[in-house]
Amino acid sequence: MQAPQQDPQGRLAENIVYFARALRTAGIPVGPGSVLDALTAIQTAGVGTREDFYWTLHTVFVKRHEHSMLFDQAFKIFFRKRGYLERLLALMSPPVPGAVPEAPPQASQRVLDALFSGAEKVEREKSEVEIDARFTVSDREVLEKKDFAQMSAAEIAAAKDAIKRLVLSFDQVKMRRLTPHPHGHRIDMRRTLRASLKAGGAVIDLKYRGRRTRIPPVVALLDISGSMSQYTRLFLHFLHAISDSRKRVSTFLFGTRLTNVTRALKEKDPDEALAACSASVLDWSGGTRIATSLAEFNRKWSRRVLAQGAVVLLITDGLERDPDERLEFEIDRLHRSCRRLVWLNPLLRFSGFEAKARGIKVMLPHVDEMRPIHNLESMQELCRALSGMGGRETDPKEWLRRVA
Amino acid sequence: MNKVEKSRAVPASIDDTLKLLGSADYLADRSLATVLFLALRMNRPIFLEGEAGVGKTEIAKVLSSTLGRKLIRLQCYEGLDVASAVYEWNYAAQMIAIRAAEVEGEHDSKRIQSDVFSERFLIKRPLLQALEPDPAGAPVLLIDELDRSDEAFEAFLLEVLADYQVTIPELGTVKAEHPPIVVITSNRTREIHDALKRRCLYHWVGYPTAERELEIVRAKVPGISKKLSEQLVGFVQTLRKQDLFKSPGVAETLDWATALSELDTVALDPATVSDTLGVLLKYQDDIARLEGGKVKELLDQVQAELRAAE
Repeated sequence: MQAPQQDPQGRLAENIVYFARALRTAGIPVGPGSVLDALTAIQTAGVGTREDFYWTLHTVFVKRHEHSMLFDQAFKIFFRKRGYLERLLALMSPPVPGAVPEAPPQASQRVLDALFSGAEKVEREKSEVEIDARFTVSDREVLEKKDFAQMSAAEIAAAKDAIKRLVLSFDQVKMRRLTPHPHGHRIDMRRTLRASLKAGGAVIDLKYRGRRTRIPPVVALLDISGSMSQYTRLFLHFLHAISDSRKRVSTFLFGTRLTNVTRALKEKDPDEALAACSASVLDWSGGTRIATSLAEFNRKWSRRVLAQGAVVLLITDGLERDPDERLEFEIDRLHRSCRRLVWLNPLLRFSGFEAKARGIKVMLPHVDEMRPIHNLESMQELCRALSGMGGRETDPKEWLRRVA
Repeated sequence: MNKVEKSRAVPASIDDTLKLLGSADYLADRSLATVLFLALRMNRPIFLEGEAGVGKTEIAKVLSSTLGRKLIRLQCYEGLDVASAVYEWNYAAQMIAIRAAEVEGEHDSKRIQSDVFSERFLIKRPLLQALEPDPAGAPVLLIDELDRSDEAFEAFLLEVLADYQVTIPELGTVKAEHPPIVVITSNRTREIHDALKRRCLYHWVGYPTAERELEIVRAKVPGISKKLSEQLVGFVQTLRKQDLFKSPGVAETLDWATALSELDTVALDPATVSDTLGVLLKYQDDIARLEGGKVKELLDQVQAELRAAE
C-alpha cells in the first residue's frame, strides 16, 4: 500500500493511461472504464511486487484468453522501456522465470508497432529479423499478402450489388425457450392470471406459450490456397454479407494453416473487412493442407463454435496434395460434431465434373450436401438451400454413384 | 477507500487470500488469488473461463465455505428463463386467494390485484435469493456454465451484475443492500458477449504445473503414497502434452488418484494404466490413440524424468 502513495497520484494515472493506449493499439479493446478500474484495483491491491502488479492489471484489462499473450508482451516492453515499474516498486524482483511464452511473431509485431511506432527503429528491425527466420519453416507456404484493393472498381460494384440482393433467410431451429404465442401448447399462467384479474377474476381468459425458433449459427471454412485464388475474394464478400452482427457466423480461412477472421469480417464496410482479413492471413494463395487445417479446427474450435446446432459450410475444391486416412478421420469428426455439413465446391462449374480425385472421394461420404459455388446463381441457390429447401442433385451419394 | 462490511471475513491482502483458499485445500496460483482478492474488495463479479475440470466451480464452493457465506447456485441450460432464474408467482395460491376474496364479497379488482401480487405469493429463484440480506453476510452466487444459456438470458444478467438489482413489474425494484459475491463460469462452448465480460474481472483458469498438481493430489487424496502420486501426476502432465481431443483436467487426476488408491496400487504399470484409462480420458479416439504400447512408452518417459529429478 505504501508504494503508490509515495508516488504522486498523477504519475501513476498517467502511466496507466499510456499503457492502456498501447494495449488498445495492440488490439486489446480497453475502454476508459477499464483505466479507472485499473487505478482502483492498484490502490486496492497495493502494489507489492512486480508479479502482483502484473496480475492486477491483467485482471482488469484482459477479457479474453487470446489477449493474455498480447498483454504479457506489452507489459514487458512497456515497463522495461520506461523503467517506471522498477522505480515504483523500488524492490526490483527478477522477471518471473518461465513466464515467457513462445509468442507467434504476428502478435509481437502488433505490440511493437503499437509501442514504438517509428521511434525505436532498431528494436523493430531486430524483431523483424526474428520473424523472417520463422517464416522459412515451410517451403509450401507462399507468404504473400494479397491486396484486395487490386480488385477492379467495376468488379467491386457488381459483386456488392449482387450480394446485397441475396435473400438470406436461414432455416429455423426450435428452441427450448418459450415465448407468448397465440396458438402455443402450454398455458401461460402468469399472463392468464393478469388477464383474468382485469375482470376481477370471475372469467379466466387462457393465454398460451409456445416454442420459439431461432436461426442456427453458421461456420464457414474457406480454402484460400492457390487453386482457389480466383474465388476467394468473391466468397469473402459473400461471407461478409452474411456476417451480419445479428446472425451468428464464424469464418475461418485455411491454406496451410487455420486463421479465424470472424472479428475482421464484423467490420461494417466490406472493403475494410476484407482488408482486415487479408492483413491477418499469412498463407494467402499457398498450398492446401485440408487434413491439418481440419484437425486444428476440430481440436481448437469445434467445441467453441459448433454448439447449438451449427451449419458448417466447407468451401474448398478438395484437391489435397496427399490425402490419407487422417483426412477421412478429421472430416468424419467434423461431420459428427455439426448439425449439417455443406460442401461448396467451385469445381462443380465444369459440367463434366466427376468425383475422381482421391481427396474428393475420401471426403464425399462424410458431407450432407455438395453444391457448386462459382457464380452468383449458385450463391443464390445456396441461400435457398440454407433456408431448408435442398434438392436431390446435391446428395453426395449421387456423385459417388456416377463414378462407380 | 470504501469501507467493507464484515471485514473480518474478507481477506486483507493477496497473501491472505492465498492462505484462505489453502485452508480449504484449494491450492491456487497467485494470479487467481489476485483476481479473487480484487473481486472481493471491489465488489465485482468474477468471470472464470477454462477447460472442463480445472476447478472453476470449486472456487465458488471454497469461497462460500471459508467465508462462511451461503452458496446459491444457478446452473445454466438452454431455455433458462426469468421464471426459473429470478422469480415466479405462485399461481395456485393466487387463484385460491382470488376465489376466497370473491366468497368474502370483495369485488374491487384493483384491491385483489395488489393483494395477489404481493411478496406472499412470490417464489424466489436463485438470482432473487442472492439479493436478499443474509445475517451471515452477502451470499456467494455461482452462475455455472453461462455459455449453455441463450444470449437473451445474458442480456438480462447485465442489470443484475451492474447494479445488483432486479425489477419485478408488479412489485418494483429489488436492490441488494450488500452485493453478493458473484462467480460466473464458462466452458467456452460459445463466446460470452463483451458487454457482460466488461462488468466482470476476467480470469483464465489453466492446467496447474506439475508441482502444484502434486500438492493438490496430496491435499485431496491424503492416503496416497509419495511415489504413486509423483508417477501419476507425471503421467497426467505428459498426457496433456499429447495431441488429445480432450486433455484430462485436475478433476480427472483426482478421480484417478482415488481410483488407484482404492485399487491399492503401489506403483504405476502399463496394465493398470490401460485398465483405468477410462477415468482420465473420455473420448474413444483418445483412448484408442494410447493403445498398443503407447502407454508403456509414456510411462517409461515419466519414470526417466522422475529418476533424473532425484
